[in-house]
Amino acid sequence: MADHLLEVRNLSVRFHTAQGIVNAVNNVSWHVDRGETLAILGESGSGKSVSSSAILNLIDMPPGEITSGEILFDGLNLLTATHEERRRINGKRIAMIFQDPLSHLNPVYTVGWQLREVMRVHAVPAAEAAARALDLMRRVGMPEPEASLDKYPHQFSGGQRQRIMIAMALAMKPDIIIADEPTTALDVTVQAEVLKLLRELQDEMGLGLVLITHDLGVVAEVADRVVVMNAGEIVEAGTPAEIYHHAKHPYTRKLIAAAPGKGEMNAPMAEGEALLRVERACKSYGPFKALNDVSFELRKGEVLAVVGESGSGKSTVAKAILRLIEADSGRALWKGRDLFTMPSRELYAMRREIQMVFQDPTQSLNPRMSIFQIISEAWVIHPEILPKARWKERVAELLTQVGLSPDHARRYPHQFSGGQRQRIAIARALALEPELIIADEAVSALDVSIQAQVIELLAKLKRELGIAFIFIAHDLPVVRDFADHVMVMEKGRVVEIGTVREIFDTPAQPYTRRLLAAGLDPDPEVQKARRRAVA
Amino acid sequence: MAVSSPLKAQHMSTLTSSGPAEPSRLRVVLGMLWRDKFATAAVIFLLIAILCAILGPALLTEAATRQNLRARNFAPFSLDQGWLMILGGDALGRPLLARIIVAARNTLMIAAGAVALSASIGAMLGLAAGYGPRWLGTVIMRLADVIMSFPSLLLAVIVLYMLSPSVGNVILVLAVTRIPVYLRTTRAEVLEIKERMFVQAAQVMGASSLRIVFRHILPMVIPTLVTIATLDFAFVMLAESALSFLGIGIQPPEITWGLMVAQGKQYLANAWWLAFWPGLAIILTTLSLNLLSNWLRIALDPAQRWRLEITPANKIGGGKANG
Repeated sequence: MADHLLEVRNLSVRFHTAQGIVNAVNNVSWHVDRGETLAILGESGSGKSVSSSAILNLIDMPPGEITSGEILFDGLNLLTATHEERRRINGKRIAMIFQDPLSHLNPVYTVGWQLREVMRVHAVPAAEAAARALDLMRRVGMPEPEASLDKYPHQFSGGQRQRIMIAMALAMKPDIIIADEPTTALDVTVQAEVLKLLRELQDEMGLGLVLITHDLGVVAEVADRVVVMNAGEIVEAGTPAEIYHHAKHPYTRKLIAAAPGKGEMNAPMAEGEALLRVERACKSYGPFKALNDVSFELRKGEVLAVVGESGSGKSTVAKAILRLIEADSGRALWKGRDLFTMPSRELYAMRREIQMVFQDPTQSLNPRMSIFQIISEAWVIHPEILPKARWKERVAELLTQVGLSPDHARRYPHQFSGGQRQRIAIARALALEPELIIADEAVSALDVSIQAQVIELLAKLKRELGIAFIFIAHDLPVVRDFADHVMVMEKGRVVEIGTVREIFDTPAQPYTRRLLAAGLDPDPEVQKARRRAVA
Repeated sequence: MAVSSPLKAQHMSTLTSSGPAEPSRLRVVLGMLWRDKFATAAVIFLLIAILCAILGPALLTEAATRQNLRARNFAPFSLDQGWLMILGGDALGRPLLARIIVAARNTLMIAAGAVALSASIGAMLGLAAGYGPRWLGTVIMRLADVIMSFPSLLLAVIVLYMLSPSVGNVILVLAVTRIPVYLRTTRAEVLEIKERMFVQAAQVMGASSLRIVFRHILPMVIPTLVTIATLDFAFVMLAESALSFLGIGIQPPEITWGLMVAQGKQYLANAWWLAFWPGLAIILTTLSLNLLSNWLRIALDPAQRWRLEITPANKIGGGKANG
């Protein structure tokens, strides 16, 4: 059995907390060989990262405790190895890539210094380290490798930083790389490039790759084998194709069914009066043009999705419409009145009609206010909506409407899960009885199954209350399921605008095509065919 | 999340179980206080100190000012000269216990007055500097710089030289010199908090600036301010004694703890108790305030409050259920 490069056997880890013992992973076993990619798939809280933390000795003990199992690396049991032995293995033979490269790079040292640092701690001579650092930067496809060694982390884009992290992981020519959600924070096009790089490096160096992810698309793209985790246990293991097409466990089936992008596309709405008409909106920060001549129209009860990579100006559009920032020029006609030049009196009335749901519900709800206070604040600000005597009743009604229970009103935001918090944020927006809700990446921070539920809720509100949506997203499958019209943005300009069918089936612009091609399909076969088509 | 969700479930069950009974607010607060034994002790000490401040001068002023030259620097822990002399006598033979009790009023009034005044003015200016227009922030910050760059003792000397050294003026001077601490802290926190999403969410709902500042931002800043204020309490007590020492603060026959420490300093070698007992009173007061502010910080934070809400029995039960 010791013939696998890395093997986790019957690992159980638990944490001691003030409330008692929490089992993070229970009897988990998996293995990975040279040249092979194992994906660990799971939603947040499934314990998918815990076993890799155990491998790298990153679990704080206490409160953590490894109660059973062994981790065999090249025949050596890491859990009984000495501290010194483990230090020699960590970083040198087993390396790790993290989700957020910015917080794992030290901002006060140059990238070159940090690359050499990795080698210095493992006793590589300085001259050799310098040469190898340059070589690595070239290898991970960094533009101008010599110059970039002298730059600081903040001078790189997210994708480039992830390449630097990969270079650091490769510095000691490891046997195994563990990548924890390596592309989650990246745009689709960048994600595709980073995954491609990882695959190439793996082929070239014969690495074992352990990829921890929540994204079925990533699994379909790179994994040779996959284990599915739920609530600290492995529920299913197999090849991606087996899992996708013949899932046995109900949890896996639920996960696959929740993957967006498979339903019928919405038929475009009948022509009608425009509710909102934005004309030639511009906004610059110095020489940088955040919005460049943006024009679009939105009708009552319609969903306009705004898609694009980060920095394309999607959020800027939303903020300009809501007057959270001031546009430089252009007009935004809301029922015939210009939002950009509206005096503050009218603006106050307009706030009732246009509401926003933010990306991160953890941050958009005041942690010191109860749910009742959060929702009823709308009526404190706009007392004409509802007399105080009816507040309690209406809060209960709204909570039921978004799928929560009325007695949740007494609780505080931290007592809810991410998906529930987003429902609260939606209930708050609904309290003002708006005609337009701007959802800025409102589902991107949520797990797939919860994402599907929230989209379902938004669709219901659109159907039943006739609310229009501006739905800002980078996740194309979700857009495909929910939108009526799609606006594609790049560098502050509108690249293309059309019905969802036009954009997804017959994209006219090369940028749109590129964006669509970079998206990963959860079906391994489809993804394989697509990969071949590109190559 | 795997770690926190059972916590959450546990917490929710305690909430719902205590839900239907709906105990009175005071009971809940007292219950939360009782769970933190240090905070309870601190509150009891502070109540005693306040009681001394209110009743002490009326009952003991005569005893505290009567000189008894035969009991000069009388050693403590002896009942030969009556129970008031249990903590010893001062350089003029006045009973220390009585003097400490009488001095509580001036001391606490000056310290509490100066801290409350500087904290509230500092917080208001800090909120204005952080959330208001940029020019206002600049003006306020430069004013704070002026106060900070001016030696506070020198400022006090000038002001008290012009005004009479009464309790009110001492409070005023001490408050002015401490304003920048609160101002700068508040402004820094406001600058961070106003970028948070829930502030933008309130803006989108049409909330006025006043509402955003007082309903959303101030509650987030208050725990920090309370912590600084309790630390400042001790500082102000000692600063007041420095003023007294220079002859521009509270003057004998009025007494404060700070003044007593200052007067007892020269006898440290042969009569340590002169400075020790009032010093101990200052330390205990500050310590109590610190413990209380620590409790307050937890009690005011909905995400932390469960620590004070769960009873030990509950805790064990919950642990088993989760395991």
